[in-house]
Amino acid sequence: MSAGAPPLSGPPRPQAKGLNCPKCGAAIVLRSFGQAQTVVCASCRCILDAKDPNLAILQQFEAITRDVKPLIPLGTRGKLRGTDYEVVGFQRRSTKVDGITYYWHEYVLFNPYKGIRYLSEYNGHWNDISICKQLPMSEGTSANYLGEIYKHFQTCDASTDFVLGEFPWQVRVGEHAAVTDFVHPPRVLSSEKLDKEVSWSIGEYMYGREICDAFKLPGDPPEAMGVYENQPSPITINVAGIWVTFAAFAVFLLALMAAFDMRAKKEPVLQQTYQFNRADAKSETSFVSDEFVLGGGTSTVEVKTSAPVDNHWIYLNYALINQDTGQAWDFGREVSYYHGYDNDGSWSEGKRTDSVVIPSVPAGHYYLRIEPEADPSLPRIAYTVDVIRDVPVFGIYGIAFVALLLPALVISWRAYTFERSRWSESDHPPMQLSSMSSSSEDDE
Amino acid sequence: MTQPAANCPNCGAKIVFRWSSSVQIVCEYCKSILVRTDVDLKKVGQVADLPPDSSPIQINTDGKYGNKAFVVVGRILYEYDQGSWNEWHVMLNDGTSAWLSDAQSEYAVSFSSKAPNLPSAAQVHLGQQFTWNSQPYTVSAITPAHYRGVEGELPFQYWDKTNVTFVDLRTESAKFATLDYSDPEAALYLGEFVEFDGLKLKNLRSFEGW
Repeated sequence: MSAGAPPLSGPPRPQAKGLNCPKCGAAIVLRSFGQAQTVVCASCRCILDAKDPNLAILQQFEAITRDVKPLIPLGTRGKLRGTDYEVVGFQRRSTKVDGITYYWHEYVLFNPYKGIRYLSEYNGHWNDISICKQLPMSEGTSANYLGEIYKHFQTCDASTDFVLGEFPWQVRVGEHAAVTDFVHPPRVLSSEKLDKEVSWSIGEYMYGREICDAFKLPGDPPEAMGVYENQPSPITINVAGIWVTFAAFAVFLLALMAAFDMRAKKEPVLQQTYQFNRADAKSETSFVSDEFVLGGGTSTVEVKTSAPVDNHWIYLNYALINQDTGQAWDFGREVSYYHGYDNDGSWSEGKRTDSVVIPSVPAGHYYLRIEPEADPSLPRIAYTVDVIRDVPVFGIYGIAFVALLLPALVISWRAYTFERSRWSESDHPPMQLSSMSSSSEDDE
Repeated sequence: MTQPAANCPNCGAKIVFRWSSSVQIVCEYCKSILVRTDVDLKKVGQVADLPPDSSPIQINTDGKYGNKAFVVVGRILYEYDQGSWNEWHVMLNDGTSAWLSDAQSEYAVSFSSKAPNLPSAAQVHLGQQFTWNSQPYTVSAITPAHYRGVEGELPFQYWDKTNVTFVDLRTESAKFATLDYSDPEAALYLGEFVEFDGLKLKNLRSFEGW
């Protein structure tokens, strides 16, 4: 006996169902096959039981405004993270904080193989949301999901005030849920508490541009306003990492300085004390030092001037002259020291010593030509000139240090201000703002 | 293993078991529920037409779980107040039987497991913790459901059920457990949530327009 071939391909291929609203007769399309629990008639605002072949009316609601329009029209398909999804449902939800109502929009996305996914949009900020497969552990002000710590951002009472299309749950206008958000940018972990049921979802921040591209929407997405709770910081580099790098460079610079300091010979080649005498100054304005030898190779030369000035100045025009070649380095140095008392207490300015480093002086026989000038009130003063060869120069390290410090500071500041704007919108605003909001609570 | 063919006692159609341990099978032609006895098949009931549903899986869909290939041989469809879900009975290529559940496209694979002192349905409450195989599980949902239909081969007789309680338990990882109160004695299933793409399913249903 032949049993014949088995049925060809099982049940017929499911297709989008065309139905009519039992109330107004308008056409209703069920796009998500069997997954819809409720479907909304767009023309008469009836919420219908999608599971009932007669589409029993579950609720009728009045749209307060007629211009609640989804930015992505129902039925639009787009590619999100490599999978095609169709927009099948849309709802507007709101919450009231300090008398101000905030609105956001949620889209139900459907793929017959991958199931349901959601998009949310608030002030131009988007999130790609799916239901958590794992159970997050919430511990008061934080929650742990897949080993990552999410910080409590806010808890609010969310109510649904406008619905369109299909929903995989029993949606009703006017329904309230306690929504708690925990953030770990760019992700947000949300729990939604409805009666005794708690559901968790995980969202990832998306830019309006990405949504427009995914769903091939014409025009520009609405501009994102402010900083959203899980918006990734524009500072993509780890700020702590920057400071670690900075510290490493600073240590490296210090090590370099120490190494150069150790290697430098710091060889004194001249030390002489001269008398400045105003009486003599007229006849003999300049003189030369003893000759000295700069050995070794080309090196730095430090010229130190010290004078016991006390509310005076002296000024020395120097020329370091190579006796062999006649090459000269001219420079002027001032030694001045002032001090006293005023309303703020004691003050002082200047120093009794001065130092200058001349870079790259070749070896050879040298002398200094010195032309001193002094404060007119100073009749005479002794001053000492020291010449030291091969001294380390640290100025360049200072510049390098600042060059490294500056970007680290700028980045840290930018990261700080971004996080500050993020958290100012939360239940845990930064210090200054929290005192402001607590004073507004007093007004109630 | 080639399975002995039998004939449907109701319509005479050929019945081929794909899994040697199948206890129950639904005749593809006349939808009679047949139970294996020592000698032949006995008709115990009749399946009403299954309601149209949106699962992309069907009998004969095959895929992979870890490094084991499997084929879908049977199904139980349950309904609860928020919708319905499928428990697909799958046969792994090492001969073990497992369940691939599909609830609104959330997929999970589980295995029948044994544990001592399982609680009765009345003893379970939300948030309660149990430890099986040194893994803690937390009760996340208690769902009254009713059996809506069966298809294909099953490892036990399952056809005249009405209301059943299911207790879902979740963990911090992808692991989960289900306590099934279809029978007075609780049945424990331990498993894990899986990604659709990871199952590498073939021979899926096709959807108009997709």
